[in-house]
Amino acid sequence: MRWTRILTAFLVLVVLGAGTASAQTVLRIGLNDDPDALDPTISRAYVGRLVFAAFCDKLFDVTPDLKIVPQLATSYEWAAGGRAVVIKLRPGVKFHDGEPFNAEAVRFNIERHLSTPGSFRKSEIGEIKSVDIVNDLTVRFNLAEPLVPLIAALTDRSGMMISPKAARELGDKFGTRPVCAGPFKFVERVAQGKIVGERFADYWDKANIHFDRIEFVPITDSTARLANLRSGDLQMIERVSPTDLAQVRSDPKLKVVGVAELGYQMLPLNLNNGPRGKVLGADPRLRQAIDLAIDRETIIKTVFANEYIAGNQFVSPVSPYYNAKFPVKRRDVARARQLLREAGQPNLAFTLIVPPERDRQEAALVIQAMLAEAGITMTIQTQENVTMLSAGRKGDFEAYFTFWSGRPDPDGNIFTFTTCNGGQNDSKYCNHDVDAILTKARHEADPAERKRLYDQTTEIMLRDLPRLILWHRRVFTGHTIRLQGFTPHPDGIIRLKGLKLS
Amino acid sequence: MTLPRYIARRLVVLVPTLFFVSVLIFALQQLLPGDAAVALAGEEHDPAAVAAIRQKYHLDRSVPVQYAIWIGRVLRGDLGESMRNKIPVSRLLAAKLPVTVELAACSMVIALLLGIPAGVLAAVKQGRPVAVAANVLALSGLSVPHFWLGIMLILFFAVHLGWLPASGYVSPWENLKGNLATIALPSFVLGTGVGGIMMRHTRGAMVETLGADYVRTARSKSVTERMVVLKHALRNALIPVITLGAIEFGRLLGGAVLTEQIFAIPGFGKMLVDGVFNRDYAVVQGVVLVSAGLYVLLNLAGDVLAFLVNPRLRGPA
Repeated sequence: MRWTRILTAFLVLVVLGAGTASAQTVLRIGLNDDPDALDPTISRAYVGRLVFAAFCDKLFDVTPDLKIVPQLATSYEWAAGGRAVVIKLRPGVKFHDGEPFNAEAVRFNIERHLSTPGSFRKSEIGEIKSVDIVNDLTVRFNLAEPLVPLIAALTDRSGMMISPKAARELGDKFGTRPVCAGPFKFVERVAQGKIVGERFADYWDKANIHFDRIEFVPITDSTARLANLRSGDLQMIERVSPTDLAQVRSDPKLKVVGVAELGYQMLPLNLNNGPRGKVLGADPRLRQAIDLAIDRETIIKTVFANEYIAGNQFVSPVSPYYNAKFPVKRRDVARARQLLREAGQPNLAFTLIVPPERDRQEAALVIQAMLAEAGITMTIQTQENVTMLSAGRKGDFEAYFTFWSGRPDPDGNIFTFTTCNGGQNDSKYCNHDVDAILTKARHEADPAERKRLYDQTTEIMLRDLPRLILWHRRVFTGHTIRLQGFTPHPDGIIRLKGLKLS
Repeated sequence: MTLPRYIARRLVVLVPTLFFVSVLIFALQQLLPGDAAVALAGEEHDPAAVAAIRQKYHLDRSVPVQYAIWIGRVLRGDLGESMRNKIPVSRLLAAKLPVTVELAACSMVIALLLGIPAGVLAAVKQGRPVAVAANVLALSGLSVPHFWLGIMLILFFAVHLGWLPASGYVSPWENLKGNLATIALPSFVLGTGVGGIMMRHTRGAMVETLGADYVRTARSKSVTERMVVLKHALRNALIPVITLGAIEFGRLLGGAVLTEQIFAIPGFGKMLVDGVFNRDYAVVQGVVLVSAGLYVLLNLAGDVLAFLVNPRLRGPA
């Protein structure tokens, strides 16, 4: 009898244990598209950053109001007049393969970002000349020139830390099987299918992770993605289309939250990039006329259901670096016509290249009609996105319709687009005064002084208009109401800590 | 001609066919506007990084040299890697081929189950309401856009009823029930389209065979109508339908882009389209080569079946 009771108790425990073990909590997130290689050094697709949030912690992170906070690093301190930064690291952190996270690992990662052929991080942290190991948990980055935006860069892929051991073993195949120090360990990837991670038992902040497994599912069609959310096959979807918002809001089982993005939608104008720069580069009044003829608010109301924010500067109106002295101008067709006459081109004509994407195509049509009222003939030329970007590089354009995803530091939203040798300056705008101001702003640690410098820049940009910044989107994330603890961030990245399903 | 000789002759033709396809797809990709390195860089415009990509993938070499490098690797069994996600193309193909084959096979089963009986019915009951209904169904299958039908099915079966998952794919080795649930709706979408084609051809072939002399003879010998239709007429009518079925199966193996997109099925079609948009040359080339090879082999299989079914194709005894 006694043995029977012991056996029964044992069996009950086994059954309970098995039941508990098999009740895995899974979070499934629908992505707008399939990420590229999962290697922070060479990754460039925005959607990859959402996946990295699960696998790869960074040295620092940002709060919803863009304050820098510790993650794998606990603090930083500028030294040597801004030409060095000392970073203290979090103790007790391990990579997914059990290797310790320490100063040597940080040095390895930074050197990897700087030396790997095809690295897209080099332009973000290229000012780092060398990395010194002060002790096992302290590193010192030595810079060629002060670079205040460096810390903000370390809150993204440049600050993501991968296991040196795994990197050496996998070489350039690391992106197929990332090994980092994030809350989830990489399990498998089915290209265009799903990316799966399982909870990392030794995660340094495991108390705040409430899922056993995470699955990222790329579903490019927004209707299908929303249907998956509604059916419960997904618990979250990123970048909900504005035209789907009404449906989500009317569903009592769903919730959608939106936050102003860090980036902007824009029309780079060719000022001096080859012969086609003659059309709009001849006189800033031509560009000012185009700017005045566009009614941003009306476009946002009619095309985007009033969900976006009209913009004219390289940061959104909610940013502390927005220059409030220059708000978005009201449309003024009469003034636009006058500017064109003064510039000697009352019947200005140019071509705008637009990718075959619904939002931008619709907006372009409205812009076309608005410009026509000012006597400007804008021809819309539809080109596939890669072709358009290539044309931009080569100067084979007058204007094209693109966007920038945005960076937490204002430098990331303007420097490479506007400086004479900027890698993204397709307009080939070159103003040495602006170069000097923006370079000074990179070196300036005092936020008030930086604001003053960026205010100066904005004033010049709004006069010279190498780019027309049109609006800032809101990043909408949809989720089941059972999901709690979600706090949206302007970068659109879904942070997994604190998320739980009720 | 004997069957082994027939098969051997067809297999020999496979080699120049694949060579021609390789040259064609390589050349066509070069005609695509835009720079592959810029495509990979996206909004990250560091010129040094873009130049490094060009060098790594030989995009800075002339087109004939690029082709020679690529075909040399293919002949050694190396299809290269995806520039975008760094996964070897052979691994991508190995992962996606079973998915595409399963989707194509299930779609063909549905197409045959719908198309052949409907075609037979439409031929036997010409002019009757049931024949009209069969024709209408076939035309609907052909005319209704796949992406619309897919979305409607998702909204009804997944969102409204909750019977089936809205999208995704589960491998049969992982979970058979999950696999059947995820493959049901996309197979139905594709199957109705192909079923419409099968129905029309079955109907046409049946009408022709039902008017043949040997059918009239069978009827005059008091063979039951059921036997006349199923044993005498259908068997002969199936010969062109088998050939058509092989062609349609081959087409499905090339990937059903819209269906895969809507249902998030990680098959060939989506990979091919994404490869084109991303200028991921190695992926596109690999998919097209494998699809072409499969298509040729499937056509051969269809002809072999026809050869077996129709003694007249075997030549003089």
